[in-house]
Amino acid sequence: MATTFSPVAVEEPKIGGRGPTIVPPPRDGGWGGGRPDDHRDRLRRYRIGMFFALTAVVMLFVSFTSAYIVRQGVGTWSDASARYVTDWQPLTLPPILWINTIILLASSFTLAMARRTLSRKLEATSSRGALAPPSEPALIADQQRSIPWLAITLVLGAGFLIGQLLAWGQLRHLGIFVGTNPSSSFFYVLTGTHALHLLGGVLGLGYAGITSLLRKPLVTRFVVVDVTALYWHFMDFLWVYIFALLHFAR
Amino acid sequence: MSEPTGPQPAAHAHTAPTGFIRKYVFSLDHKVIGLQYYFLALVAVFVGMFLSLFMRIHLVWPEANLPWFGHIKPEQYLTLLTMHGTIMVFFVLTTAPQSGFGNYFLPIQIGAPDMAFPTLNMLSFWTTFVSFVVMIAAFFVEGGAPLSGWTNYVTLSAIPSSGPGQGLGEDLWVISIAIFCVASLMGALNFITTTLDLRARGMSLFRMPLTCWAWFVTAMLGLLAFGVLLAGGILLLLDRNLGTSFFVPGGLNVSGNLSFPPGGLNPGGHPITHTGGSPLLWQHLFWFFGHPEVYIAILPGMGVASQLLSTFSRKPIFGYKAMVYAILAIGILGFLVWGHHMFMSGMSPYSAFAFSVMTMAIGVPSAIKTFNWLGTLWGGRIRFATPMLFAIGFVSLFVSGGLSGPFLAQPVLDIPLHDTAFVVAHFHLIMGVAAIFGIFAGTYYWFPKMFGRMMNETLGKVHFFVTLAGAYAVFMPMHYLGMAGQPRRYSQFTEVQYLLHLIPLNRFISIAAFITIAVQFVFVFNLFWSMKKGKKAEINPWEATTLEWTVPSPPPHDNFAGVTPVVNHGPYEYSVPGAPKDYVMQTDPATVTAH
Repeated sequence: MATTFSPVAVEEPKIGGRGPTIVPPPRDGGWGGGRPDDHRDRLRRYRIGMFFALTAVVMLFVSFTSAYIVRQGVGTWSDASARYVTDWQPLTLPPILWINTIILLASSFTLAMARRTLSRKLEATSSRGALAPPSEPALIADQQRSIPWLAITLVLGAGFLIGQLLAWGQLRHLGIFVGTNPSSSFFYVLTGTHALHLLGGVLGLGYAGITSLLRKPLVTRFVVVDVTALYWHFMDFLWVYIFALLHFAR
Repeated sequence: MSEPTGPQPAAHAHTAPTGFIRKYVFSLDHKVIGLQYYFLALVAVFVGMFLSLFMRIHLVWPEANLPWFGHIKPEQYLTLLTMHGTIMVFFVLTTAPQSGFGNYFLPIQIGAPDMAFPTLNMLSFWTTFVSFVVMIAAFFVEGGAPLSGWTNYVTLSAIPSSGPGQGLGEDLWVISIAIFCVASLMGALNFITTTLDLRARGMSLFRMPLTCWAWFVTAMLGLLAFGVLLAGGILLLLDRNLGTSFFVPGGLNVSGNLSFPPGGLNPGGHPITHTGGSPLLWQHLFWFFGHPEVYIAILPGMGVASQLLSTFSRKPIFGYKAMVYAILAIGILGFLVWGHHMFMSGMSPYSAFAFSVMTMAIGVPSAIKTFNWLGTLWGGRIRFATPMLFAIGFVSLFVSGGLSGPFLAQPVLDIPLHDTAFVVAHFHLIMGVAAIFGIFAGTYYWFPKMFGRMMNETLGKVHFFVTLAGAYAVFMPMHYLGMAGQPRRYSQFTEVQYLLHLIPLNRFISIAAFITIAVQFVFVFNLFWSMKKGKKAEINPWEATTLEWTVPSPPPHDNFAGVTPVVNHGPYEYSVPGAPKDYVMQTDPATVTAH
């Protein structure tokens, strides 16, 4: 390794490359950090990670969609009618899905509010030059006054999942199972995979709630909420997409 | 304006975990995780290799009694080739070059103390491990392992009564691959985030070693491809177990039972009620993953070859930026050619034409890479150390295997050659052995860094020359077998009239395979013996320039002992005029090359 360095300006990398001045990872100790705006590094890192995780989710649902389109168009030769016939029977969607959609859209709004509240709180503490949990009486009072947006979001998310369970129950009651018809197969696959993903979001928000009970630094909580919000809004968008696909491309 | 360029001490000292479990089993250290991946692949490659050994014995001595298998029945032969392909592609070629070496050296080469998400990294290894255990478990369940090939084509793979291994064994196959997809996705997003966000000061994208570029693009391919296979796997599991008909058409006659109408009974007593599915849909989903997958296997090898050819020729890599753009072009084109695996499926000739043109277009960036490798060697002061030999071997095999690609890319040639030994020769040379040579090159090159000792050069050279000659002896003749019409996946040729004259050639291939397999034990001996008894390695035994050669061997827990490096140079500054040595480290002061 070189021992001396002359004071020549380093070529600044165009994307990233600003060096690992990052808050330590959870359990194993970390690698430095210590700059006051560390949480911006951490936030950027988790947002990049989440962006690419969502790319993978997009590919999963793109695959399901292309399978949906292909399967809908496949015909089987019928000797009786001497032409290709399709076995696809359009599925009438349970009306409760509209209510679920409204619940999920509302949860996106409440989560955005939760994030905004946390962000303001973080700014208030950061401007005082500390990233510790709020200790000043004014801040504590502020915390008590504010609406528990995070908890409301969690309730709405759970409400959506229960609503989806009810929708599946209604279909089962009508004798429509996953193997009944390709249209119902895709209904269960798309809604089920989406529900599993949203369950992951609920767990993420639950973790954010626990961090406040565990008195972790406000920054940790903000990063979790921020990144989960990114995920959550995407799941919201994804649901609207799936619903539209199931509704219009019957 | 002058920025501070010296090493900057970090605020916190870094403490390594001390307990055995935290340090070696559930470690968050990317270096330990990289080695875990590497050794998982080493176990897997021996399982896969023995399966191929049994296949080669059976092909030429069909009456032989083998350990574990006894006398191989035709369906057992299909099991052997299915598991050989699956284990080699997923648990060796995807695991070692990317997850193994990439995990160990990507953070060090870009100047980061660890991967972006260490816990996720640990999770992706252990998920891969579970996937491997599930796959191996398929050997031991009722009916044995599946027999529908690594491509797992429907309808064979979708109907449990279609063969002995197609019950629980096939379910385990699909579940294992689905788990593997999730693990690979976690790994891929970790690699991408690390590359984009954790580079040291001065490590601009175009100062990254080509190994890092290869790992980065490979991670992108994995991120976009594995989700598609996962979707296919989920749909296949539903077809198999919940009576859906995504892939399975109606009117199938399976083991004497007509599936539709009105729904016969298979031997297990379950009605077969599928109707109207599309087996081709599986092929499209599979190959949309499957073709990028072959680049996932080979790109890291290309990165290693570029790195080594430059280092051991003592010359800058020829056309660094062209190399980067060629990797990107291969990555992008790799997503547009999957249909060339399906020329025989009855697809429209117009689609086949488009896929054919795209496939031949991949020859352009591949040729750019090859010419740049040759340009790097040209006029260099070449040091023929074992890693360099394997890198040259990689180029040789890449060319030999690659040249049959444009043949197979043309539908008019692919239709007679499809499902013959010619295809086996093509993909084994380019994707199998070339990628394995990349792994060997990486092993010999980075061993001193990973274990602080040198591997034995004499044993290394024996290993290289026998393996190179063996690989060619095994796979070159297969082109002739294919052109003579010997089909792949058939268990026995000794009674087939038109193939009788090929028996001596088949015997030659088998004997060459036995010798090649035997010499791999020399490698394994060298690997483990050198860990304990090898010559002590210096920090930079190959006089290379990249960041991993600035830190002790093996590197400390956070790689740079709390001091973040600053990068002032490109990755391949060899034989720079006016420099004191024939190489300039990436961390050397910026003024070192000033005239």
